[in-house]
Amino acid sequence: MISLENVFKRYSDDVAVGPVTLDIPRGGVTALVGPNGAGKSTVLTMIGRLQDPDAGTIRVGGHDVARTPSKTIAKVLSILRQENHFVTRLTVRQLVGFGRYPHSRGRLTAEDERHISQAVEFLNLGELQDRFLDQLSGGQRQRAYVAMVLAQDTDYVLLDEPLNNLDMQHSVQMMKQLRRAADELGRTIVIVLHDINYAAHYADRIVAMNDGRLSEVGPPEEIVRGEVLSRIFNTPVEVVDGPQGRPVCVYF
Amino acid sequence: MSETLTRSGAAADTRRTGPFATTSGRRRYAVVLGVLVVLALLATYGILGYGNKADFMSRQWVTIAGLRIETVVVILVVAFCQSFATVSFQTATQNRILTPSIMGFESMYVAIQTAAVFFLGISGVTLLDGPARFFLQSGIMVLMAVLLYSWLLSGRFGNLHIMLLVGVVIGGGLGSLSTFMQRLLEPNEFDVLSARLLGSISNASTENLPYVIPVCLVTGVAIWLRSRRMNLMALGRDATNNLGLNHRRELMTTLLLVSIMMAMTTSLVGPMTFLGFLVATLAYSLTDTYDHRLVLPVAFLAGYTVLALAYFVLRNVFYAGGAVTIIVELVGGIVFLTVLLRKGRL
Repeated sequence: MISLENVFKRYSDDVAVGPVTLDIPRGGVTALVGPNGAGKSTVLTMIGRLQDPDAGTIRVGGHDVARTPSKTIAKVLSILRQENHFVTRLTVRQLVGFGRYPHSRGRLTAEDERHISQAVEFLNLGELQDRFLDQLSGGQRQRAYVAMVLAQDTDYVLLDEPLNNLDMQHSVQMMKQLRRAADELGRTIVIVLHDINYAAHYADRIVAMNDGRLSEVGPPEEIVRGEVLSRIFNTPVEVVDGPQGRPVCVYF
Repeated sequence: MSETLTRSGAAADTRRTGPFATTSGRRRYAVVLGVLVVLALLATYGILGYGNKADFMSRQWVTIAGLRIETVVVILVVAFCQSFATVSFQTATQNRILTPSIMGFESMYVAIQTAAVFFLGISGVTLLDGPARFFLQSGIMVLMAVLLYSWLLSGRFGNLHIMLLVGVVIGGGLGSLSTFMQRLLEPNEFDVLSARLLGSISNASTENLPYVIPVCLVTGVAIWLRSRRMNLMALGRDATNNLGLNHRRELMTTLLLVSIMMAMTTSLVGPMTFLGFLVATLAYSLTDTYDHRLVLPVAFLAGYTVLALAYFVLRNVFYAGGAVTIIVELVGGIVFLTVLLRKGRL
């Protein structure tokens, strides 16, 4: 379980995130949604201890993120930021191999190779594994990054807008693969999403933020309603019945 | 992991993750290493044995070679420091353009030297001589460099352009400060100062070698042992932290080691702005791997070969052994501009 208690981060006099108190149970996909600047990425990076909160405590799987050694946390949670740019020229497999660092400290064992192969296969990167990252399309590269955090073999996987810059096909593929990672591998996935429709379709829980604070938390059925979404996104949103009995949000 | 996954992964058990993308990459690395070793040995033999009329390895030959061995040692130390420092610095700052020299590490050394003479005078400076002066000066430089560059690289200036600008301005500023103080010095003091500052390969401050060599060895081993961490660091702050390594601590440690290396080479032969860049660029284009344990030796060998060959040619063909740094700087500067213009960005 991920639990945040009165987590607070101040950027300037009038820009702050929190205080946020939130429990995200183990398992499934949790989507963080909200308008730009709502604090979604800040909350995610604070859970992933890439940023320190000014106040409050964050516990992931029983570990206090601020107090536990980073080494230990790296075996419990993995986080992928939005922008990844490396100066080193890496192949897909080499990149995924870096995900094993917390376990092997850079000396890959047969066990590590097995995890790497599994992560590569899981994201259908088998044929691309010896290609360099700069030879891949944006969608393929994004998949390679996700494979890296999956190879890290952590219970909790945090992803900051992994659909950014992906087209329709690749976005859907990515979400399906993440859904599978949650269902088949038992990972707890927390993901920042921009498109509410993806959240409505693939997430088990939606955490909506607005203006640095939590605004709604609940299953998609509770959140994906016209008046709720209109309030969160400050835009009139209409929810209609889509195929497969799932709601679709229209906000154009 | 679940059953389905294990099955799909089972067929792929033969695949391995190594520092080279292809087997041809591995072969190429071996060839590069071999060629560099041969060139390095040739250059060394050239420096030691050129015009040496005695029989090879006879007593007379060894005596003559012994007079020249100091130059070889100086070249070894300078190449070692510059290559290790530059490769580490570029990894820590995640770029392939900036080097400690370009960022003004060496101007800082000159400024400290000048300030010492300026404020303490000849009597004050000569009071403190030998190992004490050497360690004090290097210590001050390392301390200042770590303070300044850890502030500069703390992430406040996320932008490489701003960092470069600030670095160049600091370098230039320290340089003009030194020139200004030098103008105000008495001729005698200036004489003492320039004797200390103007090092070159053929006229190195070899009295420092007994301290420089052990310090370099220890620092070099420390950098070598951190290779795997540096492989990770090259992926950037967030990826490093995510994989359980404290990026800030790693950055500080790397900067400390880099400043020690730079203090050592500057104390021997003075500033060499583009050698490090030349060597690191060569090493990366020759090896094409992320693994520092493979890049570092190639960078070192390339540095040694370039310096030794330049020294040999200039000394024995053009009779201008003192101009080695100038020529290497010229070549390095041209490579720097070419890389910059071809990439079109930092």
